[in-house]
Amino acid sequence: MAGRGKLIAVIGDEDTVTGFLLGGIGELNKNRHPNFLVVEKDTTINEIEDTFRQFLNRDDIGIILINQYIAEMVRHALDAHRSIPAVLEIPSKEHPYDAAKDSILRRAKGMFTAEDLR
Amino acid sequence: MSGKDRIEIFPSRMAQTIMKARLKGAQTGRNLLKKKSDALTLRFRQILKKIIETKMLMGEVMREAAFSLAEAKFTAGDFSTTVIQNVNKAQVKIRAKKDNVAGVTLPVFEHYHEGTDSYELTGLARGGEQLAKLKRNYAKAVELLVELASLQTSFVTLDEAIKVTNRRVNAIEHVIIPRIERTLAYIITELDEREREEFYRLKKIQEKKKILKEKGEKDLEKRRAAGEVMEPANLLAEEKDEDLLFE
Repeated sequence: MAGRGKLIAVIGDEDTVTGFLLGGIGELNKNRHPNFLVVEKDTTINEIEDTFRQFLNRDDIGIILINQYIAEMVRHALDAHRSIPAVLEIPSKEHPYDAAKDSILRRAKGMFTAEDLR
Repeated sequence: MSGKDRIEIFPSRMAQTIMKARLKGAQTGRNLLKKKSDALTLRFRQILKKIIETKMLMGEVMREAAFSLAEAKFTAGDFSTTVIQNVNKAQVKIRAKKDNVAGVTLPVFEHYHEGTDSYELTGLARGGEQLAKLKRNYAKAVELLVELASLQTSFVTLDEAIKVTNRRVNAIEHVIIPRIERTLAYIITELDEREREEFYRLKKIQEKKKILKEKGEKDLEKRRAAGEVMEPANLLAEEKDEDLLFE
């Protein structure tokens, strides 16, 4: 398992995606499909969900980064998903990070005492 | 899963020994599983703490990266479309390794670089320095995010493992062990009762024998008194033997 590398996918607004592509994670696979999706104001929720599911089904993607406000829109698809690939919620420029909405932290709701100590 | 069932087995001494051994085994199993659950929970809490720290840190790193993006846009103009069009191969990829905690394999992500930077020429016209800073910031963000992803997957996997282990512990503690104990109690009561029955039966037989014997003796007395009984010859008594000719 250690040999084959996996990719990092991004679903986000233009700035987020640009930034991460400059970080060097973008790739087009054999069928010219990118491992990122730029979400604009007019992108429908269905498109986002479809791309998300496609990323889940591709076995060369290890991590999916998604802006938190987009994650909110497809929350049901996110919650139904389990382990591989890992789904990470990142803040966007307009919406700073909100720990209460993160789907992973919500699962550990009972143990939020560590959070309160901050 | 009622509260009154026990294992159906013929009560005997051997069955009792077997049940005792099974009880011991179930208790050992339960203790081992409890230890495993404790180890997993400990690791779980550690990971949770780390996740919260890392997430906060990540929030800040992302903010800084977004600032540098705005700066770069200001200096270099809008390069977003260029960047998006020029995608072909990723330089940063991740590998999945397996880590083992108390018997549970956790996936761990490790990032590695491959190939050259495809955006080396992007900031050549203007804003090269801001773009370089931007690239560095986002590279740092990516590293942090990979670590966060590892933590997150471990978190989820551990959560499942803990739930399963706790379920097993509870099953053994509240179903298996009481069932074996009830079976053991049943066997013991059956064996005791059987002993009592044996004892009672023996006593009854002895009584009957005694009565028969007494009755037999009484009969004998009566017949002796009536003179009907011939005493058998006593070899040990000194008497004249008629068959001897010369004495």
